[in-house]
Amino acid sequence: MQRGTSKALFELLSSMRFAISLLTVLAIASIIGTVVKQNEPFNAYLNQFGPFWFPVFEELGLYSVYNAGWFLVILAFLVLSTTLCIVRQSAPMLREMRSFREHAREVSLRQFAHQATLPGGLPLDAQRQRVDAYLAANGFKARSNERSDGVLVAAKQGSASRAGYFLAHGAIVLICLGGLLDGNLPLKMQMWLGGKQTTTGNQLIADIPDSARLGENNWSYRGNLYIPEGRSSNVAVLNVNDGILLQELPFTVSLKKFHIDHYENGMPKRFASDIIVTDDATGESFERTIEVNHPFEHRGVVMYQASFDDGGSTLHIAGRNLLHGPALPVLDLQGEVGETLRLNHPRFSYALELTGFTLFNVEDMGEGTTDAGGLGRLRDHLGSGAARPDSGRDMRNIGPSFTFKLRDEAGQAREFQNYMLPIEQGGRWFMYTGMRESQAESFRYLRIPVDEDGQIDTWFAIHNLFFDPARREQLAQRFARSSFGDSAEAAEPRARLAETGRHTLDLFSDRGYETVGRFIDTTIPEAERERAADVFIKILQGLTWEAWQLAREEAGMDALQIDEARAAYLRDTMAALSDSLFYESPLFLQLNAFDQVQASVLQVTRSPGKPLVYLGSLLLVLGVFAMLYIRERRLFVLLKGDAEGLLAMSSNRQTIDVDETFERHTTALRELLAAAGTATPESSATR
Amino acid sequence: MEYAHPSLNQRSWLQRRDLYDWLYALALVAGAGIALVHYHSFMDVYDDIVLIIHVPVLIAMGWYWKPFRVFLAAVAAVALLSIWLYEGDLARAEEVFFLKYLVSSQTAIMWMSALYFIATGSYWLGLAARSEFAEKLASTLVWIGTVMGTAGLFVRWFESYLMGPEIGRIPISNLYEVFVLFSLITALMYLFYEQRYNTRKMGAFVMVVISAAVAFLLWYTFTRGAHEIQPLIPALQSYWMKVHVPTNFIGYGGFALAAMLGVACLLSERGILAGRLPPVRVMEDVMYKAIAIGFAFFTIATILGALWAAEAWGTYWQWDPKETWALIVWLNYAAWLHMRLTKGLRGPILSWWAVIGLGVTTFAFIGVNMFLSGLHSYGNL
Ligand code: HEM
Repeated sequence: MQRGTSKALFELLSSMRFAISLLTVLAIASIIGTVVKQNEPFNAYLNQFGPFWFPVFEELGLYSVYNAGWFLVILAFLVLSTTLCIVRQSAPMLREMRSFREHAREVSLRQFAHQATLPGGLPLDAQRQRVDAYLAANGFKARSNERSDGVLVAAKQGSASRAGYFLAHGAIVLICLGGLLDGNLPLKMQMWLGGKQTTTGNQLIADIPDSARLGENNWSYRGNLYIPEGRSSNVAVLNVNDGILLQELPFTVSLKKFHIDHYENGMPKRFASDIIVTDDATGESFERTIEVNHPFEHRGVVMYQASFDDGGSTLHIAGRNLLHGPALPVLDLQGEVGETLRLNHPRFSYALELTGFTLFNVEDMGEGTTDAGGLGRLRDHLGSGAARPDSGRDMRNIGPSFTFKLRDEAGQAREFQNYMLPIEQGGRWFMYTGMRESQAESFRYLRIPVDEDGQIDTWFAIHNLFFDPARREQLAQRFARSSFGDSAEAAEPRARLAETGRHTLDLFSDRGYETVGRFIDTTIPEAERERAADVFIKILQGLTWEAWQLAREEAGMDALQIDEARAAYLRDTMAALSDSLFYESPLFLQLNAFDQVQASVLQVTRSPGKPLVYLGSLLLVLGVFAMLYIRERRLFVLLKGDAEGLLAMSSNRQTIDVDETFERHTTALRELLAAAGTATPESSATR
Repeated sequence: MEYAHPSLNQRSWLQRRDLYDWLYALALVAGAGIALVHYHSFMDVYDDIVLIIHVPVLIAMGWYWKPFRVFLAAVAAVALLSIWLYEGDLARAEEVFFLKYLVSSQTAIMWMSALYFIATGSYWLGLAARSEFAEKLASTLVWIGTVMGTAGLFVRWFESYLMGPEIGRIPISNLYEVFVLFSLITALMYLFYEQRYNTRKMGAFVMVVISAAVAFLLWYTFTRGAHEIQPLIPALQSYWMKVHVPTNFIGYGGFALAAMLGVACLLSERGILAGRLPPVRVMEDVMYKAIAIGFAFFTIATILGALWAAEAWGTYWQWDPKETWALIVWLNYAAWLHMRLTKGLRGPILSWWAVIGLGVTTFAFIGVNMFLSGLHSYGNL
């Protein structure tokens, strides 16, 4: 009974049906990890799946599918099943490779799909000689067996096809085993047996306990080495589940300089790290440059250029007032990327997290083309593959930018991206600042127009006047006076206009154009709305112009004459004033200067399974080609002297060329054995 | 001797070469020699080795499949004509009539597209009207289209160097270029089977998938300007890329071919077009051959990809979505081959499987780039 079950189990596991099912299951299981992004921070998953599904999926290991227990079990079954299949097939296959089956009986030969009669007549010896010669000339190995009624010549070629089976399937086992060595199974073992535990990422390296450190003797790992310029490191960080482990390295790496080179069109051309490696054991130092696609190995550890980051650049920032009410003076801030500053003020309280700095920002600043239609369009796409100068695209470096988060006291954070230099759009220049509520959104940009001196000071001066309730009356009065003059006769309309101006300012200060629009929609009959909107715009323009002039006056500057450029500036200013009401920050942080420090992220790996996997890959290729392209053929020629002989052929593949080959052999052998022995050369030439 | 029968006097393989075989071989050796001497200073050891390996491989292909000799000669002629017309000045693409309307890279690829479309129509006409002439015409058009497209890629390669030595690179590294490559490889594979099985009737189906690829290509060119040559980002600056990509596309080409034959088999088995198509047995045979060659090359391609990943990212396998889908494709066709070869399965199941297989392959090829994020960033639409 016991034997029976284990035999049945063996047969099941080594069966073709099981293998095909396994291949299918493995394929389907693999899909999961391509749909659910792998190894993200757990917070991201919590956001994505919600509190109910998050733990369920965590339990199922979906955040790291390919390391999940159940997935490894499928792989283990594949290895087991393939191994058993090899075990099961090896004896019959080896027999098949060696044997000629020269004892085959005539009756069984007559069952073959491919068989034909051969002419008799020649003496048996002559027949045998001719057949042997023919088979040898056609690359067959033959063995003959004399029997009572004649001779059976059994021949075969292409037995190596069977060897292909062993190579290919053995290779799969090798590759899986090699992969297992390099996967995170060894790490899991250390965590179970060696008592290692992950820890959280946001602490100083020196504070990380021994339980989260792996020693130099660890023989398989893959981690990241983060090194700012001018600093060094000898521990790699391994991300495991939602925590980290530290891997100690047998050497120290310091980063002299990190390089990013660009092509003319702004695309990155080269990432490279100039490093100094100091060996712990010998104390020797040497310099190397690691580039993408050009790794470097030392003491069995391979280092790759994986990515780069900011290494703590110093940023000098001016915080400019965006609050309503009496204007704040400009705040002077300074901090390093990675640092968190406190922004404390009676009117607000935020944590300012400086998250990144980018020196180059290459963006497409083109305006697109108005494509020609029809044939013209086709003609535009003929010629060389080089981009046409009028392609409507314009890749440009728009200068440095930095990103930061403002976290309020409730812990809510918004993310910002500010550019350092003004950016041109349609002939006018703007300062861009983007804001978003969460990582999943893209940035929405506030465009602050740049004044005639290339600064944003004017806009802020106008802003401060416009949104200070205490100054509204003054603005409205000025506006009314400039429309109706100072004369006493116009006192009444002047007062009315001032009243309207004040009202407009009140409306606009709430939610900009949105409130003004809503006011028009609710209070003015439909037929007159368009005209009313025009009037409001004119009033706002007038008010903005007055704010501008007032600001100049207060700064001791001359009054200006309106012209086309200034009118455009005025419109942009108003748009930005309106948009600024949706910009959820008390300050605009303007980057004034920086001190860049880059950091390089090197991947360090030790993969003992690699040679095994590579060997397996080589064998796999050889095996697959052998199985698919070496054709195993067996010819059986039964010769009977005077009586009619028999030709039969078998092959391990049923393809159409088997039929063709059989016909060729039949024709050739028939002519060869024809009693007269005079064959016509044309018809029998084997090609 | 008494049995000195001709069938025993196998002439050796070399003795069976005709004059044209030798001329072809000579031309290849000479071409490679000239390139080695002339451009020596621009090439590193790998370039030298790859160039030298190409000579015997191309000779073998031409000797094994005779029309390939003419094909290669025509490609060389068109490409050299174009290079000669350029005179080292990219701007001449707009000025010289023959460049602008015949042999600059974009124009040549447009010719390829047009010829493939017309050929598809012609194959269908041949099938519908039982017109041998239409079929012959179609296959001639495919040949010419393939010559133009291949020459177009070579010229594009040349043009990239005209744009600037640091921009110069082999044109197989973005979605646009690999679509051209896919169309060409699939067409060549088809032409091979067309000749080998001596029937032009499968063209109507195979050219449909090629036309679809070309349609995508045109859309991509006209709406996204994808045809513009861009320099290589650091991750793609690797020798592995140059071998990994073409190998992959032999795989994709084989799978696409097989799927279209699967469609033909399925229709034929339902009696649709049955009298006009080759026997199902023949089409199934071609389907098997296409999957076999596709699988073999896809195996190599995946391994080459792993070797490249090991050098670029530090791990030969990290379950990146593109890698994982390659594995899925590979497992799928492994299962298909097991079904046919070891279980001896035939008929509609295998045809359906091949058709669905193309769906899976297409997803691995472009779907992953469109819908999933990962490290294979080159092909974002
Ligand atoms: C998991 C257990 C597996 C079993 C039990 C198994 C079994 C077999 C058997 C019995 C053959 C026929 C050999 C012959 O007659 O030439 C075969 C062929 C083949 N196997 Fe597997 N195999 C397994 C896994 C795989 C895997 C994972 C692959 C991956 C590609 C694979 C690829 C092939 C190929 C391509 C053939 C070629 C068909 C042929 O030449 O017959 N096998 N397999």
